[in-house]
Amino acid sequence: MLAKRIIPCLDVDAGRVVKGVRFLDHRDAGDPVELAAFYDREGADEVVFYDISASAQGRGIMRDVVARTAEQLFIPLAVGGGLRTVQDMRLMLKAGADKVSINTAAVQNPDLIGQGAAAFGRQCIVLGMDTLRVPGSSPPRWEVRTHTGRGGGRPTGLDAVEWAVRAVELGAGEIVVNSMDADGTQQGYDLDLLRAVSRAVSVPVVASGGAGDLEHLYQAIALGEADAVLAASIFHFRLYSIAQAKEYLAQRGVPVRRVPVPSGDR
Amino acid sequence: MRAVEPEIVVVDYGAGNLRSVAKALERLGASPRVTSDPRALLRARGVVLPGVGSSGTAMAALEERRLVEPLRELMARGTPFFGVCLGMQLLFQTSEEDPRPCLGILPGRVRRLPGGLKVPHMGWNQVALLRPHPVFQDVPSGSEFYFVHSYYGEPADASLALGTTDYGVTFCSAVARGNLVATQFHPEKSGPTGLRLYENFLRLLVLEEARPLPWR
Repeated sequence: MLAKRIIPCLDVDAGRVVKGVRFLDHRDAGDPVELAAFYDREGADEVVFYDISASAQGRGIMRDVVARTAEQLFIPLAVGGGLRTVQDMRLMLKAGADKVSINTAAVQNPDLIGQGAAAFGRQCIVLGMDTLRVPGSSPPRWEVRTHTGRGGGRPTGLDAVEWAVRAVELGAGEIVVNSMDADGTQQGYDLDLLRAVSRAVSVPVVASGGAGDLEHLYQAIALGEADAVLAASIFHFRLYSIAQAKEYLAQRGVPVRRVPVPSGDR
Repeated sequence: MRAVEPEIVVVDYGAGNLRSVAKALERLGASPRVTSDPRALLRARGVVLPGVGSSGTAMAALEERRLVEPLRELMARGTPFFGVCLGMQLLFQTSEEDPRPCLGILPGRVRRLPGGLKVPHMGWNQVALLRPHPVFQDVPSGSEFYFVHSYYGEPADASLALGTTDYGVTFCSAVARGNLVATQFHPEKSGPTGLRLYENFLRLLVLEEARPLPWR
């Protein structure tokens, strides 16, 4: 049975992990390479780097970070943030990323999705979506926002569910659905949003934004019908380990990958 | 101590994920050569055929690089061979993905995953082992591996199947015949369990190395 994936997400700015990451040992908590390796050992099913660097120089550093991470990470690595062209994607994939995530650039130029899928296969192309609930909408609707690094971002007029469907038609192999209403609140994912997107598309859907405890992860899967859950704070601040999250889900009947024993420890 | 390290070749035909396969082998102490040189393939002690992409594009790329005959030849000789993902699918005769014939080394065809489930089949899934195999040594049946694919190989000869996986359909996720082994999943993305398969494969090369090579 296909396991539901648990994915820690690291925000990286010019080669350093931002958002404080609390660590139990002496390792460099700001080094994305170290952190990715740590989560791999903990049993993460995948790791996401999100590049929030504003400068071209910062993005160049990101490629180096990805290359160094890929040397020692033997689980999938997805990279997003600042990718605007097929060439940007190519450089990131060549550096060792397994998937690239595009967001604002896809809204501005939807053909980028298809171009990426044609060049690298749709399994490489992830559409990231930042959404805001339309106030007072019933049944609820969500609008896609771009440039969300700054405040509430910019409106696009795109309906989130319709955009997800179109992105899949264009060639996206996975959709990461982020709720800006829920993000950072630690009050749980937007389950209506997740369910609406998940039922509308034929590719895996990853829940993002709002996880505050393990029950939220469970709800995203059981009620939001997500295929994977992405979380930052609850893992970075060591509120829970990946193993605890998997144990919690497994007890509730969710199929998860058991945390393997590294080959050196046999 | 061995005087000359057995050479292992990762076949470069322009497809993705070559580097990740090579890095996994390097992590295990091997020095793989990533190449599209047909002569290097024929000299190799072991060959890995990775793959991400579509079967038609991949077969065109293999033909363009004149790699089809060397691949058939080395498999006929019994050179240890590891096919990964598309590198497994290409071993069969035909694919529903593209009218262009595949390598035809194993009898069978490549089919699209059935509708109704999310495609690509992406993530960690279990592999039920049907029989023991040296490459799966110390890997329990039911272990999880990382999959990303929309098609799967269906051997015409059921005895080729080494492992199966459930995703809407029970499909063949690993095949083996002699020194040939191939997996639909990506060992290089499957953490310690995946690395163990490559470790076992490398061990197989060392064992093979003790045998005389008839073509030298």
